[in-house]
Amino acid sequence: MEPIISMEYYLIVSSIMFFAGIYGFITRRNLIAILISIELVLTSTDINFAVFNRFLFPHQLEGMFFSLFSIGVSAAETAVAIAIIINIYRNIKNVEVRNIKKLKD
Amino acid sequence: MQDVLILRIVFGFLAAIIAVFSVMAVTSRRILRAATYLLFVLFATSGLYFFLNYSFLGAVQLLVYAGGIIILYVFSILLTNTDQESRAPIFSLRRWLAMLATFGGIALMIYLLLTNTWPEATMDTSAEVNMRVIGHTLMGSEKGQYVLPFEVMSVLLLACMVGGLLIARKRS
Repeated sequence: MEPIISMEYYLIVSSIMFFAGIYGFITRRNLIAILISIELVLTSTDINFAVFNRFLFPHQLEGMFFSLFSIGVSAAETAVAIAIIINIYRNIKNVEVRNIKKLKD
Repeated sequence: MQDVLILRIVFGFLAAIIAVFSVMAVTSRRILRAATYLLFVLFATSGLYFFLNYSFLGAVQLLVYAGGIIILYVFSILLTNTDQESRAPIFSLRRWLAMLATFGGIALMIYLLLTNTWPEATMDTSAEVNMRVIGHTLMGSEKGQYVLPFEVMSVLLLACMVGGLLIARKRS
């Protein structure tokens, strides 16, 4: 049976999202904006896991659980990263990348 | 036939939301708007999961990302008081190189995706995953079951909670 939407379309959508994230990661100057770009990259890989699981190995659940754990890990990563960003703001009063030169004062 | 057409329209809508808003999230100059566009992208992503009949994954995506992470972003943007990104020259060399890398990468990726031959799936690809199966797979300790990563995950969340508190606390 032919699926309603074939797999390539999902993968094209997720690769657009991935490369938008890469572009933002390179060009952004604000730390929070860079974190938003990283979030786009992570979510697009989650879509890929779920799509490969659904279309190529529908009787297994590995891809779905990988996405599930990946969502959890990215939540943890975001929490720690935002704590670091707030700490940086407390020290140098802004969060622009080019102003961050010292690891410790 | 009618149903297939409607489903295709829904998929096209979700795909358009993801494509447009993910580009806007990385190009918008106001960071708070970028976070809002990211929220729309995450909603559409969970829509894709529902579309694939992974309802549990879609619900987790809505809860964790849209409910938790975006709130964290909005609070941190407001706390660090950096809504406006500093003005950069529009056509700097770095931006051109990034655009070149992005479009080259996406062209290569789409070419490879459309010319690759995928292995055929052996079973029907549209069945909803039973909730009981998900529970047993998440909590079982046999081959192909995930209780150990689940527990490692809880240790990781505890560690990140302690680390976040330790990093962000006020120095006396």
